[in-house]
Amino acid sequence: MNEIGAFIIEKSAVGVFVFIVLLTIVAYATLGERKIAGFFQDRHGPNRAGPWGLLQVVADGVKFFMKEEFNPDRANKVLFIIAPTFTFMAAGFLMAVIPFGDRMIIGGREVLLQLADINIGILYILAIGSLGVYGIITGGWASNNKYSLMGGLRSSSQMISYEIAMGLAIVALILDHGSFSLRDIVLNQTGPIWNWSVFTHPIGFLIFLVATFAEASRVPFDLPEAENEIVAGYHTEYSAMKFGLFMFGEYVHMTLASGLIATLYFGGWSIPFVATPAEPGIFWGLLTFGVFWAKTLFFMFVFMWVRWTLPRFRYDQLMNLGWKRLIPLGLLNIFVMALILLWTGGAGMD
Amino acid sequence: MAKVPLQNDPFRKYNLTLAERLYFPAIAKGMGVTLSHFFAKPVTVQYPEEKVEISHRWRGRHVLKRDEFGRERCVGCQMCELACPADAITIQAGEVPPERRHLHTTERYSVTYEIDMLRCIFCGMCEEACPEAAIFMTPFYEFTEDSRDKLIYTKEMLTEKIGGPIFYKD
Repeated sequence: MNEIGAFIIEKSAVGVFVFIVLLTIVAYATLGERKIAGFFQDRHGPNRAGPWGLLQVVADGVKFFMKEEFNPDRANKVLFIIAPTFTFMAAGFLMAVIPFGDRMIIGGREVLLQLADINIGILYILAIGSLGVYGIITGGWASNNKYSLMGGLRSSSQMISYEIAMGLAIVALILDHGSFSLRDIVLNQTGPIWNWSVFTHPIGFLIFLVATFAEASRVPFDLPEAENEIVAGYHTEYSAMKFGLFMFGEYVHMTLASGLIATLYFGGWSIPFVATPAEPGIFWGLLTFGVFWAKTLFFMFVFMWVRWTLPRFRYDQLMNLGWKRLIPLGLLNIFVMALILLWTGGAGMD
Repeated sequence: MAKVPLQNDPFRKYNLTLAERLYFPAIAKGMGVTLSHFFAKPVTVQYPEEKVEISHRWRGRHVLKRDEFGRERCVGCQMCELACPADAITIQAGEVPPERRHLHTTERYSVTYEIDMLRCIFCGMCEEACPEAAIFMTPFYEFTEDSRDKLIYTKEMLTEKIGGPIFYKD
């Protein structure tokens, strides 16, 4: 009983800590996006609300709450309200299995900076990650607006197409690491920097990166909200905090997708050439936590960097790239990786 | 590798090379271009704190000049009112009372002289039309008020003060 109580307290504490850090980073990602957009265009970005524009986030939040809450006349009220909540929730659930840091020993108890180290972590991520599309298509359908519906449809077809490519990239990775657990994958990448999967799976990394951009519907794959064709896509009819939740959910998705790239291909919380100490204290835990976020923030920067570099794809180009390029490439990648592992007797071969 | 057949594409003049078809070299190049802008100095002028240098010939707020004896140059001929394409100027002319003759060049003068800054398009036709060189435009451009009435400038606001500084820098 005492053991169960300690377990609940430990997981709650880690959960609240990780959640607060995640939400803060996501909230400031909206400011960061605008700042970085400014820098890319030789501007300053928002700098009026507070020093360096830091209070802009608060101002945006207040604005979302103060705006008129408008519901379209013919909309399906229940679905219309559920949709943004669902998008946000589905994105947030991804947090559960991402290894934010290494284990540490606090008061004789081993605490893992990860909510749940389940042995099917990657399957969980693929399953929950694709749930997000339900929120988007529900929102598009419930709005009773043809542009919203088009946006929702585009989003679902895009997710289906790119999930396959993403899955194929992950299969090759699993073959190599021999485990579905995200913590095992990170542990496999500790040690010298060339243990990072990005050096052993360059093609898989590229496929995964492109598919992640599509999954998070970021430029150049933000067709669900292509404003020049379908107004604002699935959130055309949304206003006030309901729109805010869609926005926020998108940023949560982007943040956790960056975290996933860092975890799967860039060693997650591990520091190259530095091994976990025999008695990892709270300092080691926070250090690995910081390393994880440093890598994640870098990939969030890459997301924004690409946004200000590449134009949006045309819809047929998107489908071409997904089905005719990435999926065959992914299959070839698995084949080659399987052959290599067969010859060398890799981790998954026992 | 087999030779790539010419694509039946009216928008393409030649076959793309392998590097071009892979997109990645082009994407890397583009990302390099954007990154160079990321580190470039912003070109923004932070307006209320910084202001751009403007020409002394800028057509901004009007001023009604006085001559070297401190007399109003405006004789109330209404040429500017007639020339104004936006109908921004309203003048009522009258005869100068005897006790004020030293302030005017002729016996006719403008009793009221109003410019509606919301109508004015700052074309400078009033300057061109003025036969007495009385009206000029100045480089002042910050017309911000909280009511429309305050933007109808009266003769007192427009006329140069006697011996005083140019009013528009107040």
